Amino acid sequence: MTAVAPTRAPAAGPDPRRTLRIGRLSTAYRRRQLAVPLLVLLVLVLTAAVSLGRGDYPISVLDVLRVLVGAGDDTQRFIVLELRAPRTTVAVLVGTALGLSGALIQTFARNPLASPDVLGVTGGAAVGAVAVIVLGGATTAGRLLGGLGLAAAALAGGLLMALLVFGLAWNQGLDGYRLVLVGIGLSAMALAVVRYLLTRSTIQDAAVANVWITGSLNGRGWDQALPLAVALLVLLPVSLALSRVLGALQFGDDTARGLGVRVPLAQAVTVVVAVALAAFAVSAAGPVQFVALVVPQIAVRLTGGSRPPLLAAGLLGALLVVASDLVARTVLPESFPVGVVTSVVGAPYLLWLLVRGRRLATL
Amino acid sequence: MAQRTATRPPADARAPRGGLLRGAAARTLGLWLLLALTVAVCALSIAVGTRSIGLGTVWHALLDGSTPGDETVIVRQLRVPRTLLGLLAGLSLGIAGALMQGHTRNPLGDPGLLGVTAGASFAVVLSIWLFGVSTASGYIWFAFAGALLGSVAVYLIGSSGRGGATPVSLALAGSALSFLLYALVQAITIRETTALDAFRFWVVGALAGRDADVVAQIAPFVVVGLVLAMVNAPALNLLGLGEDVARGLGTRIWLARGTGLLAITLLTGAATAGCGPIAFVGLVVPHVARAVTGPDHRWLVPYSGLLGVVLLLLADVLGRVVARPGELQVGIVLAVVGAPFFIALVRRRRLATL
Repeated sequence: MTAVAPTRAPAAGPDPRRTLRIGRLSTAYRRRQLAVPLLVLLVLVLTAAVSLGRGDYPISVLDVLRVLVGAGDDTQRFIVLELRAPRTTVAVLVGTALGLSGALIQTFARNPLASPDVLGVTGGAAVGAVAVIVLGGATTAGRLLGGLGLAAAALAGGLLMALLVFGLAWNQGLDGYRLVLVGIGLSAMALAVVRYLLTRSTIQDAAVANVWITGSLNGRGWDQALPLAVALLVLLPVSLALSRVLGALQFGDDTARGLGVRVPLAQAVTVVVAVALAAFAVSAAGPVQFVALVVPQIAVRLTGGSRPPLLAAGLLGALLVVASDLVARTVLPESFPVGVVTSVVGAPYLLWLLVRGRRLATL
Repeated sequence: MAQRTATRPPADARAPRGGLLRGAAARTLGLWLLLALTVAVCALSIAVGTRSIGLGTVWHALLDGSTPGDETVIVRQLRVPRTLLGLLAGLSLGIAGALMQGHTRNPLGDPGLLGVTAGASFAVVLSIWLFGVSTASGYIWFAFAGALLGSVAVYLIGSSGRGGATPVSLALAGSALSFLLYALVQAITIRETTALDAFRFWVVGALAGRDADVVAQIAPFVVVGLVLAMVNAPALNLLGLGEDVARGLGTRIWLARGTGLLAITLLTGAATAGCGPIAFVGLVVPHVARAVTGPDHRWLVPYSGLLGVVLLLLADVLGRVVARPGELQVGIVLAVVGAPFFIALVRRRRLATL
């Protein structure tokens, strides 16, 4: 093998970081860490506007933007704000929450393959939802669950499962390795239960459950958006505040402790925030595939740096879900669930990034 | 930089790298005990079922096919092929899991990560949808072809970046391609309810309903895979020191990686073709084996294989017993019974890390 050893030469080229000084405060940043989120936000707004304009009654992007800032005629206002905005809002919120959750968990576990699925959130939520769909009113347990409603059952299932993972993995602190192992054990169990329920249900119920498992925005509206919005309003600032601590944790627990981080607390908060974000997102739209696992990896390849950037991952997640919803509603013949499209749109992009191989960012 | 995967915990959090058994003598003894256990479990799997058959009768039926009676038919035509399939699948998945986790140095590295399982699933759903295939033996070549194509695609994509085929790029390429293929599977099963109806029974993973032909069809691939895996084990120990050190010690990296990937593909592909995707064995068994042997792959590989067989067959027997006269598919029993056991193990001792 003639390839050169893939160690990067130290200090190749100028330091990409810039300094920002305000009075006595100063901080270092990379230009791309600011530029990428801004660019993604811009594209997100445009995509959402296009998405809000498309449908049986097409409205131009400019008109949609006009409506969004408070102008526009009544018909357009009604169609955009009352009919289409709820679904797009759910898409934005779900994407943000999942992208953010994935970035948090991957940074915490220092593992690019970690995601809310690994922590049992998705599995637990799927068990809750599929049990409601399949058992329905047929059994006492099913009636009890059914009374809760699908979203509540999914939320309860996800949180319970995560709590179980968390409780079983806790041993005088949270070891990322043990947490992940407990998580994959319980997730495998949840997946088996879901598949068992699918083989035992009628084919009609199985079809409904199959759509839910993929993650769908069909029929979602303000009822789903509201709890998720409240959750994000609380959890987004917390996770952005965690950013500094996560940077320190990345060097290892000892170094982080030396830098003044209270490691067990920081880890616990990170995991709880990530789990809550994922649980609310999944209860709103089902486990939309691909977003939490891969979007952080796309984000880190766009911004550079050594760990998934939180804000960029959230925004990219939102962009991916909104764009996929647009594709699902306009390009595809029938209403495919959005979870099918996120993978079909996102996977080739990640593959292309890998092939181009500009940087092999490990976590 | 490139070959350092993310999962290495910092030095203080590392468990001691040894396993339960230290020294070659103890490990050899352990291996013999495990082999005896495997034989016992195989016997159990032939004897127990909807109709339990005494071991004496089993023995007679095995030795002499001309003995009249239902027992002989059940043993020779149902139980033996089923047990052999479990044996092959357990061996394959356990060993493929150990190789996968060794190559990726990632505790989450399950043998399906290379796109094998996703490729097989996609091919099976296509065969159901386009050609109306609906039997386990009908799926087998589709599943195998899908598994091979999936892993070749992952390897091509993962190795075409600047750094070549590193574990991280392979793992990411594998998960991206798996997502893509699963999305297509979902798209088909959502549109075609009939495809969903057949697919939902394949995807749980089962040993039931396969005849002796399936065993004969996958056996050659398993044998080649096993040989490659054993050849690969010493090199895997060196790769564990980092690619630079391994190269310095005379390992040909591309050869070691290639052998390992080929072995994983053959083993996982054969198992998935034979009984559907059974994810749990490959993911969990290597962790159990590592707790016993420590991280030396020369021991880890055979231990993982035999433990895989024991786990898979015990789960299958349990599945036949708990839901009489029907039965639970092995994939389901495995996860539901195996997961608590696995978690207890993770909690009880500090696992030997990768």
